[in-house]
Amino acid sequence: MRVQMPAFRRASGGACRTAVNFLIFAVFFIPFYWMFLTAIKNLGQTLQTPPTFWVARAHWENFNRVFEAIPFFSMLKNNAIMTFGIMICQFFTVIPAAYAFARFKFKGGGFLFGLTLATMMIPAQLVFLPLFLMFSKMGMVNSYASLILPWATSPFAIFMLRQAFKQVPQELIEAAKLDNANEWKIIFKLMLPIARPTIITLGLITFILNWNDYFWPFVLTTDNTVRTLPVGITSLNIVDGGVKYHILMAGNLLLVAPVLVVFLFAQKQIIKAFTYMGGK
Amino acid sequence: MGNREMEKAMDAYVPLELPMPKAVAIQKLLRRAARAATPYIMVAPAILTLCVFVVYPILYMVWLSAYRWDMIGPMVYVGFGNFAELFSNPDFYLVMGNTFKFMFLTVSVSIVLALLLAVYLKANTRVNALLRSFIFVPYVISMVSVAFIWAWLMNSEYGLLNFMLGKAGMSGVRWLEDAGVAMYSMIIVAVWKGLGYNVIILVSAMHAIPNQLYEAAALDNTRPLRAFFRITLPMISPTLFFLTLMNIIAAFKVFDQVALMTGGGPVNATNTLVFDIYQFGFKFYQLGYASAQGVLLMLLIAVCTAAYFGALSRRVHYGGGA
Repeated sequence: MRVQMPAFRRASGGACRTAVNFLIFAVFFIPFYWMFLTAIKNLGQTLQTPPTFWVARAHWENFNRVFEAIPFFSMLKNNAIMTFGIMICQFFTVIPAAYAFARFKFKGGGFLFGLTLATMMIPAQLVFLPLFLMFSKMGMVNSYASLILPWATSPFAIFMLRQAFKQVPQELIEAAKLDNANEWKIIFKLMLPIARPTIITLGLITFILNWNDYFWPFVLTTDNTVRTLPVGITSLNIVDGGVKYHILMAGNLLLVAPVLVVFLFAQKQIIKAFTYMGGK
Repeated sequence: MGNREMEKAMDAYVPLELPMPKAVAIQKLLRRAARAATPYIMVAPAILTLCVFVVYPILYMVWLSAYRWDMIGPMVYVGFGNFAELFSNPDFYLVMGNTFKFMFLTVSVSIVLALLLAVYLKANTRVNALLRSFIFVPYVISMVSVAFIWAWLMNSEYGLLNFMLGKAGMSGVRWLEDAGVAMYSMIIVAVWKGLGYNVIILVSAMHAIPNQLYEAAALDNTRPLRAFFRITLPMISPTLFFLTLMNIIAAFKVFDQVALMTGGGPVNATNTLVFDIYQFGFKFYQLGYASAQGVLLMLLIAVCTAAYFGALSRRVHYGGGA
């Protein structure tokens, strides 16, 4: 079809495509460039009209202002504790559950699996109020436990991993059983290596979603000692009694940079992971 | 012969031998009990977590919605009083209106734009792959960053957007301060952040369509637009359908960008359901009232999900999708 197209139409089509490509690029690149540029401007340059699109000297001291305004590194640590805490918990709750739902027929199994699926669509935004009251009754607001425990399992991950486990041929399991392997051995020696791509995918998704999460740590914590980075950055919104966009963007850059670096190196896997999430 | 059958045969064989010593019998019994308990032990951590942190809170919320409570004083039973109050409160209709406006526009604009972009970027060229990655970046970064970047771009005095509008000879817009505009600014940000996810899912669904269909259409000289409506759209419809549900639920739970960019203002113009629940629960300490709103949100999500699965079960064309 393309071959039959007249030359001039092909040329104009090409120019059109270039223009659209450039537009898409601009819409998704300029905001990030603007964040980066603002982060290395000083206050005067930030508020200058017309704005400058380049600065001769980068004001790296903005980042020091960020470190002075919020306990950046302890918040980074909290972020890591929350994210990896959730991932570790999910590893130990999701894998056995997925295995049991995939491989056993047991009384009530269908009901329990249905229960798991039913909770899949329930977002944190629906249960935060009663959960907050529960944790406050137990005196556990402002604790790592309250940040991690509600997400210690994932119905979505259970469902996905169950599908992966179901695809393992029954003969392999029978063979392992003949070798006197018990169920746990089968999970760790046989199932996990086979389901590795699925587990890595789920891990990536869990990591990104929880690392970025603002809502939950925001409603569940009031104290900087357990607050995570996304929440911490928001308190840069007002520094010295006003919005200082160059400081805010510097903090923002620090929040975005690690994720961008990970994305740069693992974009294929990350995109594949999220594609997989939308699969069914 | 399967393993289970073999075990059964062995079990059946044992009584024919001399009477078993008691200890061995007990040991066997224990082993069988352990085997029966294994699946329950395996699902227990996950199911317990779900019960404690999802099922119980929901029941608790439903129960709370029948009380008036300020977190300190005694709880007063009011039955459906909170719901009555909710439905007689004009602000509630405003909030629901905002929520539905945000949901409807965000979802429809996202889906239409994502479809266009997916068709446009479908071919696996290097430029397309690069652009798909670019579009996807906002999806993997925190809403906190996205909200602040856009709050800065939309700043009415020093923002880049108004500067560019000025260059184009147009007057600036008070993106976040104008009550008539702020909701559309929210929608722009939501669409910008979520677009990449929608695009990659649709692209992967389009890649799953067998190429012979397009080849056959080309032989019949089918016009591209017709091919899109007759081949692409029906073939990706299961994915599209699923994606729409995901987008609807994501839009109903919008909170972060509202809290960070407008605080629900100006004059409640961007106040949406979850933000309102947060305000009534955490600022005004009207926990029963906030819970009643939570129950409504739950019903909204439940209705959408049920409608999705209901429609799904009636569809003939499923299984070919992603």
